[in-house]
Amino acid sequence: MLRFVGKRLFEGIFVLIGISIMLFIIARIIPGDPARMSLGPRAPQFAVDELRKEMHLDKSLPVQYLYWIKGVLQGDFGKSINTKRPVSTDIKEFLPATLELVLFSGIFLIILSILLGLLAAKYRDTLVDNMIRGLSYIGIAIPAFALAILLLLLFGYVWQVIPVLGRLSSGVAAPIHITGLFAFDSLITGNFTTFFDTLGHLILPALALATGPLFQEARLLRASLVDNMGKEYISVATGYGLPSRVIMTRYLLRPSFIPVVPVMGMDLASLMGNAFLVEKIFNWPGISRYGMNALLNKDLNAISAVFLVFGAIFLLVNIIVDIIVASLDPRIRLGAKS
Amino acid sequence: MNEHLLDIRNLKTWYRTYQGYAQVVDGVNLTIDAGKKIGIVGESGCGKTTTMKSVLRVLDERKAYLPEGEILFKNQNILKMRETELQQIRRKNISMISQEPSAALNPVFTVGQQIFDVISYSKQDDTAKNKKELTDIAIKAIRDVFIPDPERILECYPHQLSGGMKQRICIAMALVTPRELLIADEPGTALDVTIQDQIHRLLRALVDEKQTALIMITHSLGVVRELVDQIYVMYAGNIVEVATTNELFKNPLHPYTRGLMDCVPRLSGGGISAGIYGYVPDYVHPTPGCRFSPRCPYVKEICRVQKPLMLEVSEGHTVACFRYTDSFTEQHRQEESIGERA
Repeated sequence: MLRFVGKRLFEGIFVLIGISIMLFIIARIIPGDPARMSLGPRAPQFAVDELRKEMHLDKSLPVQYLYWIKGVLQGDFGKSINTKRPVSTDIKEFLPATLELVLFSGIFLIILSILLGLLAAKYRDTLVDNMIRGLSYIGIAIPAFALAILLLLLFGYVWQVIPVLGRLSSGVAAPIHITGLFAFDSLITGNFTTFFDTLGHLILPALALATGPLFQEARLLRASLVDNMGKEYISVATGYGLPSRVIMTRYLLRPSFIPVVPVMGMDLASLMGNAFLVEKIFNWPGISRYGMNALLNKDLNAISAVFLVFGAIFLLVNIIVDIIVASLDPRIRLGAKS
Repeated sequence: MNEHLLDIRNLKTWYRTYQGYAQVVDGVNLTIDAGKKIGIVGESGCGKTTTMKSVLRVLDERKAYLPEGEILFKNQNILKMRETELQQIRRKNISMISQEPSAALNPVFTVGQQIFDVISYSKQDDTAKNKKELTDIAIKAIRDVFIPDPERILECYPHQLSGGMKQRICIAMALVTPRELLIADEPGTALDVTIQDQIHRLLRALVDEKQTALIMITHSLGVVRELVDQIYVMYAGNIVEVATTNELFKNPLHPYTRGLMDCVPRLSGGGISAGIYGYVPDYVHPTPGCRFSPRCPYVKEICRVQKPLMLEVSEGHTVACFRYTDSFTEQHRQEESIGERA
């Protein structure tokens, strides 16, 4: 198992290098001179030339890449044109907000999809199953941003039961910065006012973000469970008189999760990138929105940095998914060893 | 009345389909006494497996429907049992070997875990067993089916074993605790011929040793000939002929049995037979008469409209065919024999 993890991590390094090269090349072949862009149209030519030299833009592409990657490894992504601050500072500020949102979405996604999938499979072809099916079609079809607006209107405006917009209500102090995840930081410092306030702010955007993939996963899990219920080994286990509780929780559940886990992992990671509309609607100061603004303003340093971070997170999720699947499925685990 | 180990009476098992009920098992009668060995022979799709799965009630209850019949195990009707009683039968009395060894084992658990589960739930003396005892019992069972290095096998996952080994494991699992009845559903079908033969010999040796009654399901008469005492020939959900093994091979009566006999290639040559014309019938709209009548070379008017009943032709030899009833005149039989000779 340890070797398996080590192998995946080792492979991950190469993937990251590949991503960084691609991002770098894309950032450089987009028309426009970064030095001129950061100084503005009215700066004199000699100042631009000076900056070009400083930014190593006068060197060949491979050499430029080496300079860039050296900076990146030291946590220096350059300056953002938009915010006029170092990109790394921006990321430190915005990434935890999105991570917190996605983590909460993930909790919704995992718990609800498993619950709905199990219910639908257990009561398949009954009213419960059909209701979940109908709900799923609606949930999958409705775009996250539309749901976000709907939730915002209903809970924030019509009923006003849950605080909306931003991460905290005005007047509530942000917790001491430990991880940047407000809910986590406030909880471990014992600041419960902030904890419950930020939790309230999290619920609606997290739910809006999770809804689509949640129902998709529930359908997938149901299909996988029903498929495995018809397998010979289930009727063999039944024939040996094993209690149905044991058959459901041991013999059925484990093989049924194998095809669901990778899709779940990918959907979770995609939430990072898909969050920008929801972040925009809930005025959530997240990195997805930051990255979108960078794209719209050709903020090259910010774009490369955001996508490199996304790439790394994708990779991490992928490795975790691989580990989970391998621990569930001996055919994969043992296949990898030989 | 003498007590049979298993007594299936007029069992009907239907499947719900979109066209209506598929009347797959259509009034099967079958008895087996303790320690005896019987074979059920018939072609694919004739309801052999469905009949046996009805015995253990492992059919999907939303698809299968049993309108009639009784399955008496030691005079208790399995079909009327409460779940707890049924579980006791499944755990202690009857076990079944599936025809697909690869599908019968759960791919994500080790062989050991699966055998341990079977042992711990089928414990006869109701004492909890620790890991060491479980392992000892499992190792002995694996050794009984002639797999070397049982300790290692217990740690293996099914995909690490060959088909023949998997089937041996399934047999070991079925006999790991004493059972009164073992149902073997085409245990050799998914394997190649040499392994198939080994598996059959092994099975026979084990049931003889443990004095377990055996119901052997197969589509090949050749297979059951050396294994069982009595043969039930099944066609399209009906038992069409029952006889002791010797009697059946000496004197097959039902036209379907004869057809099956002709399908067994002979060492004496003569080429491969033409088989039996036609297919297994449509179960949703079965004929009211004998289900073999559309394929029968001797079919008469009555065969198409009326179901033949089981008729004892000689001691222990029964057949369901109008050719052997009185209504079938002597003249008909003579015509036939002339036809046969020609």
